[in-house]
Amino acid sequence: MSEQPLGEEVARRLVARASWHPLEVLFWAAALASIYVLPGRHLILTEIAILGLFALSLDLILGYAGIVSLGQAAFFGFGAYTAGLLAKHDLVTEPLLALIVSGVGAALLGFVTSFLVLRGSDLTRIMVTLGVALVLREIANRYAWLTGGADGLQGIEIKPLLGLYRFDMFGHTAYCYALGVLIVFFLLARRIVYSPFGLSLQSIKGNPLRAAAVGIPINGRLVAIYTIAAGFAGVAGALLTQTTAFTSLSVLDFERSADLLLVLIIGGTGYLYGGLIGAVVFKLMQDYLAALTPQYWPFWIGLLFVAIVLIGRERMTSWTKPIRALAARLDWRAHRAAAGGAVEAQRP
Amino acid sequence: MTVMLETIALEKRFGGLVAASNVALKVEKGARHALIGPNGAGKTTLINLLTGVLRPTAGRIVLDARDITALKPHARVKLGIARTFQINQLFAELTPIETVGLAVSERLGCGKDWWRSVGRRREVTDEVVNILENFRLIDVMHERTAILPYGKQRLLEIAVAVASAPRVLLLDEPAAGVPEDERHMILDIVARLPPDVTVLLIEHDMDLVFQFAKRISVLVNGVLFLEGSPDAIARDERVRQVYLGEAGHG
Repeated sequence: MSEQPLGEEVARRLVARASWHPLEVLFWAAALASIYVLPGRHLILTEIAILGLFALSLDLILGYAGIVSLGQAAFFGFGAYTAGLLAKHDLVTEPLLALIVSGVGAALLGFVTSFLVLRGSDLTRIMVTLGVALVLREIANRYAWLTGGADGLQGIEIKPLLGLYRFDMFGHTAYCYALGVLIVFFLLARRIVYSPFGLSLQSIKGNPLRAAAVGIPINGRLVAIYTIAAGFAGVAGALLTQTTAFTSLSVLDFERSADLLLVLIIGGTGYLYGGLIGAVVFKLMQDYLAALTPQYWPFWIGLLFVAIVLIGRERMTSWTKPIRALAARLDWRAHRAAAGGAVEAQRP
Repeated sequence: MTVMLETIALEKRFGGLVAASNVALKVEKGARHALIGPNGAGKTTLINLLTGVLRPTAGRIVLDARDITALKPHARVKLGIARTFQINQLFAELTPIETVGLAVSERLGCGKDWWRSVGRRREVTDEVVNILENFRLIDVMHERTAILPYGKQRLLEIAVAVASAPRVLLLDEPAAGVPEDERHMILDIVARLPPDVTVLLIEHDMDLVFQFAKRISVLVNGVLFLEGSPDAIARDERVRQVYLGEAGHG
């Protein structure tokens, strides 16, 4: 059987899943508006955009494929050092090109190490990813002639973006650049998760036994998404180096991986915006609390974290129901879906 | 008749426990073959060996003259072996559409497509809708699987297997746990499977077995005890002793 009205309707409904929700449009409108509305806050906004991209990389593997990682900093750090070295030794001077090279480099590292996370349970994966990041940090520490060791990689000069836009001390160029890169990679991630490939990742996370039984090559899919996510993390790391003209061993720290998991848990996994919202909350809290109590701000972050876990994600989601209900009412697609539903109801 | 699926001296040990010993099972093309045996006889282990979930300790598995012993589960699905599970193995967070869609996409080779969104391929959605219609799942096709009634989940379990368009279908107690009044749906579905599909059925429900099977193998303690026509099996005194026992069917 070929063309059938029900198939048509189902196809429409499936495709509609991937269409833009009004809240999403609002989110990105606000992000773009911040360029003009908050010119004095571009430095911290740059940090947020970078952390958001980094968290997005973890969400791809954790939220969609179910791979727990405590070592995502390995790829972030690899990207950061690659970008730093490319600029310092004038290997690739144009920042955008260097960013891509750094991302590809981190993705290659992700591909090579992905085979370590295929086997074993969550606990094994946590330890393996942690181990990879620790090993990489010690390598960077050991080869100080290349990386600058504990002093960090100094003397990096970042050339103008596309040969046109100079990085200024207020972070205007940096923020526009970081936000632009974040948007591009977010769109890419969004394409991926709404594709059949993305759906197959969710099925592997949900039930690997059945996923294999419907013919999904589990290992191949996990290698692919782990590699892609490593590339995302590498790009985030490279952005940090390029926007600060400096990098140090802290990019490979365990705390960076741990904070990332915290960011993602604050924002929630598996809907792409969790990492971005988590990054906003985390950075703003850090900024505000650090000014208030320079020594004890992690205490408050920790308290928030415990509160989130105790209250539970579902209950918190239910609190935003009025907002979502309002958004649904404003949503023109909802009316079309309702019309489609009426057609369906008429079927015998 | 050609042999579709064959095991040669298949053996599986879990430490000291022998779950399958020297099993030489031959399933003919287009067969309606049932595998019966008391609890713990190793029936599900055999299915797991055939589908690649477990690796045999020794022996070989041959599908349509091709040795598949070393192949991974997903590769065996590509060659045409599909199964259902004794205990539902479904995707709790996905809908029946998505679940069946995964199997159809994977078979048509577009499961790794990462650019186009789900639902863009009409040949996939049309086929998914056809399958869901056959399995009476249209009314719940947009619901999360986790909230479906058990009978519907059981139907979905079979629908996903059929969506892989198998040449060999392994049904592991399809009627297990299904309430009496919904059981006939499962029977209908099993009876209406295309005749060229080879079916191996594991089932405790003897009504279903004798209604369905043209050939029956009896597995006891990991050993293929006896094989024959339903009449022969029902009349065999030893089978009655070890398996049918006091249930006294036939």
